[in-house]
Amino acid sequence: MAAGSPPLPSDKGTIPFYRDTRIIAIIVQIVFAIAVIALLWYLYSNMMNGLRQANLLPTFAFLSVPAGFPIAESVIPYDPSMTYGRAFVVGILNTVRVAGIGIVLATILGLILGIARLSDNWLLRNVALVYVEIVRNVPLLLQLIFWFSLTRLFPRIQESIDIGGLLYLHNRGATLAWPQAANDFDTWMVWVYGGIACGIIYYTIRRIQFARRDRPGVAMPQAFLIAVGVAFIGFFTTYFVYGAWPVSLSIPELQRFNFVGGITVTNSFAALLVGLVIYTAVFIGEIVRSGILAVSKGQREAARALGLTPGQTMRLVILPQALRVIIPPLTSQYLNLTKNSSLAVAIAYPDLFYVASTINNQTGQAVPVILMLMASYLSVSLLTSLFMNWYNRRIQLVER
Amino acid sequence: MATEVSRPTSRRAPRQQIGLIEWLRTNLFSTWYNVIITVVLLYIIVQTVTSFVSWMVTAPGWPAAFTNIKLLLTWTYPVDQLWRPQAAMALVMLLLGLSSGLWGGIVRMVALGAAAISVGLGVVAFTFPDLPGQTSLPGWLFMFICAVLLVGGDQVARLIGNKVRWPLIIAWLLAYPAVILILRGGIGLPVVETKLWGGLILTLILAVSGIVLSFPLGVLLALGRRSSLPVIRTFCVLYIELIRGVPLVTVLFMGALLLPLFLPGGESIDALVRAVIAVTLFSAAYLAENVRGGLQSIPKGQVEAARALGLNVVQTTLLITLPQALRAVVPVLVGQFIALFKDTSLVVIIGLVDLLGAAQNIVGQPEWLGIPGGVWRETFLVIAAIYWVFSFTMSRISKRIEDQIARSRH
Repeated sequence: MAAGSPPLPSDKGTIPFYRDTRIIAIIVQIVFAIAVIALLWYLYSNMMNGLRQANLLPTFAFLSVPAGFPIAESVIPYDPSMTYGRAFVVGILNTVRVAGIGIVLATILGLILGIARLSDNWLLRNVALVYVEIVRNVPLLLQLIFWFSLTRLFPRIQESIDIGGLLYLHNRGATLAWPQAANDFDTWMVWVYGGIACGIIYYTIRRIQFARRDRPGVAMPQAFLIAVGVAFIGFFTTYFVYGAWPVSLSIPELQRFNFVGGITVTNSFAALLVGLVIYTAVFIGEIVRSGILAVSKGQREAARALGLTPGQTMRLVILPQALRVIIPPLTSQYLNLTKNSSLAVAIAYPDLFYVASTINNQTGQAVPVILMLMASYLSVSLLTSLFMNWYNRRIQLVER
Repeated sequence: MATEVSRPTSRRAPRQQIGLIEWLRTNLFSTWYNVIITVVLLYIIVQTVTSFVSWMVTAPGWPAAFTNIKLLLTWTYPVDQLWRPQAAMALVMLLLGLSSGLWGGIVRMVALGAAAISVGLGVVAFTFPDLPGQTSLPGWLFMFICAVLLVGGDQVARLIGNKVRWPLIIAWLLAYPAVILILRGGIGLPVVETKLWGGLILTLILAVSGIVLSFPLGVLLALGRRSSLPVIRTFCVLYIELIRGVPLVTVLFMGALLLPLFLPGGESIDALVRAVIAVTLFSAAYLAENVRGGLQSIPKGQVEAARALGLNVVQTTLLITLPQALRAVVPVLVGQFIALFKDTSLVVIIGLVDLLGAAQNIVGQPEWLGIPGGVWRETFLVIAAIYWVFSFTMSRISKRIEDQIARSRH
């Protein structure tokens, strides 16, 4: 090697430390961390100073103080003499209730909408398109306020709008027929548990068989069918043996001042649910549609050429592949619905946000209330996305 | 003659001619269930449309919306200062026109969309009754001036060409502060307090601020999330996931309650500024995820080639990956702008009066109490139409841009 050759890059001594990317990286990170911590500390100390002067130092002690405000509807027993902590839990449960029911209904409506958008019927396709374009270009809050204002026009309870004898709309809420446990309900439940046990046993046996043969296979749908089938047989057997259905439909009947039977939900809840479902279903419908379109045409043709029936093609070839495309965006729609339910505050449904802002108004404890509020929403989001990620991983294509 | 022979005679595929009956048969009545669906849907459509039209014709509440257009568009902005929102809009129109002429393509589509929206608004503003002391131009004249600025700007920029490029870019960078300055006043102009702002102007300001101000923050967060430095990456992931995990209402609520506490000495911050900060912090997290999607779509070879050419990390990011990523995510960003435009209606919950808030106030005005059932249906329908025109036009633009980007790839 000639004497005047440039130094090799591996010659560490020649690189000054301020040009060594590894050292720069560490310095940058330390500076960044210090800057962030300093900023947070500055904001925190300002806040604590201000709160100390206002004599409102953050504390969670208020949680065990009686709340003193009523909440219009609640899943668990609640009255104003109970604590703020209890009121907060009522709010969480109300959010979970509307989000849970909303997710189920929005999925059903969205599925219908997605399939309608792909229909070979021109009219159906375009009606679905018009619905999608109208709903998704108008703010959700405006839609919720619209539905809530609509419920204000409902008549007094004595002149309720009767829809098929099963649903009554009036100014105190919506009363609808609801299944109710009858005398022989417990007998039927034995059948239901038996069905679930049969399903689990079948599933386990098939799994063991698959493992022994070292072949993949599907057992879940059959196991599910077995469980439902046994429950159904039990349902009819109970009827033939005891002469009465184990579950009866409680039909609302108008007495002098109120409805007896059925269940009544408040108009706030009904408006929130209707608004959320109609809005979210549009986005779910588009996801379903693009998921089905994402499965290439050759897949369908190949499946048909192999002799699968159209039903089998849909069930065994198209849907499993479409689901892989559908699940991730569907998760974020479920989360959106849950987060959007916080708009309930505008139509007086006592959800988490509504209760939290009431607590804040009464106690002035902004910091703890906001921390609890954020923690609750974050854990709901985290749980939902953990579950959906787990499900997503299960159905993803296993590649080599 | 050989060339003549070898040239293949190309003919178009025969166009399928189907009659009306045939079309009906294949599209509406192909199977027994399609017949049922068609008949049921036709019945529902006829019922809905006839009852809706007859309601629209007889509805008594239209005056509520149409005599209050000023409140809907500008809320309590002083009547004698109304020329200022118009001047701000004219400025944006001029810039849009110039950019359309200079760059064409995607920019022209955006300009066209803006023109379509302003025509729609101009039609609404026709009914703007002249208020005493009003200094603004009549709706029709203003619309005409906007059109002249757009088309004129387009033509001028085509004539001058690349010379306006840098002035125009600088003008765009200054446009946001300039618009705020015109609206708020200060230097020479009488100050209009932000608590007087409202209606559609407020909605637009919040949505535009949400995108413009959150853009630098969002890009930094996206780059940080893809960084190889663990401290920075962790911070960005935490920030993005924290914000995306909670609803916008809670962020607005936090902005309204906590921001004043964060300042030393209990200084008060303007309610609008608090809302803008909250919307910006919220929007940045979503923008970061969109930009990250764009960054991920860039093939690894681009970075490797740039590094091989001797560019360092910063140069590679600024000159190679980021420009390509941003171009790829333009449609998504338009989508985010639409979402933000609709979501800013949530500021009514923290007490600001945007388009929706103005409508709610109008519905509550005492002079409409005599109308049975109230005037909310008519008023909400009008603002729903305004929201709809905006979002729908922008979503069409976004679709066109997407198609164009897809076409230029192949």
